[in-house]
Amino acid sequence: MLLAAEFPPLSHITNWSAFAGDGQWWEINKVVIVYGFAVLFTVLLFTLGNKKKLVPTGAQNLAEMAVEFVEDGIAVETMGKEGKKYVPFLMSLFFFIFFTNIFEVIPVIQMPAAARIAMPMTLALIAYVVYHGAGFKSHGIGYFKHALVPPGVPIALLPLVMLIEFVSKFLVQPFSHTVRLFANLLAGHILLVTFAVLTTALVTPKWYAVFSPLPFAGVVFFTAFEVFVSFLQAYVFTLLTGVYINAAQSHEH
Amino acid sequence: MLLAELSNKGVAALTYGLAAIGPGVGIGYLVGQAVQAMARQPESAGMVRTTMFLGIAFVEALALIGFVVFFLAGA
Repeated sequence: MLLAAEFPPLSHITNWSAFAGDGQWWEINKVVIVYGFAVLFTVLLFTLGNKKKLVPTGAQNLAEMAVEFVEDGIAVETMGKEGKKYVPFLMSLFFFIFFTNIFEVIPVIQMPAAARIAMPMTLALIAYVVYHGAGFKSHGIGYFKHALVPPGVPIALLPLVMLIEFVSKFLVQPFSHTVRLFANLLAGHILLVTFAVLTTALVTPKWYAVFSPLPFAGVVFFTAFEVFVSFLQAYVFTLLTGVYINAAQSHEH
Repeated sequence: MLLAELSNKGVAALTYGLAAIGPGVGIGYLVGQAVQAMARQPESAGMVRTTMFLGIAFVEALALIGFVVFFLAGA
């Protein structure tokens, strides 16, 4: 009965029963624990990076490398010199996402918090407020003109272009920002579950048990791949936040 | 009619496959061009890589929306 391998319904692999406070607003389940650890690690990183020794050693070295990566690789890369004031924001965003994602492959927990849409949606909304806020701060009320009217558009096409720009900047942009993180992590989680279910289904006394190393190799390979995806999605989310902030506040066009 | 015989889940799975065609071609083309650019000008590799990931993120969104619709329609 190979094909009858029981695949758990989606709600079983993303919904976790509460450890305490079932149904209350402070309900504690697996996802909340992942948030807790991610916040803890991010705060730890900030504390380590805050010591001001001239020659950094050990943990401070690591924290400074992390700051440098976000500053040079993300903030300055997307916004230029003025991006430096956004480094703390982008830094907390990047490491919070990275630490929640990496729990996808950490045994016992093995649940990326971003596979529940609540977390990517909240982060995308925070980023939404920040980049539109940066736009209003930089342009005042003229931000609507900056955002909705691209330069050099014929006057006859203006209403259509403004409508398209409004839908894409104010509605679709946060949506795709959310879905990109959410769907990537959910897909990775389902992929790992699929291979794990297949492996256990093949551990039988039947002759086709000889194939069981194949899905197991799949689990190993995709676990390594998911480590890469966790990093990449945190990077892409933060990079896009930087790009959106830059598009909102820039004066060039 | 073939489509009429498929279950709701079958149609959802088929639609996800359709949604993956465009982004598949797009990402392939994008990364291919980026590799070419990096091979020609290794000194600009850092900039090309960042822009490549940005482009991939935008293209990939289409496939991921297809993936989400797959669950919305198929569940």
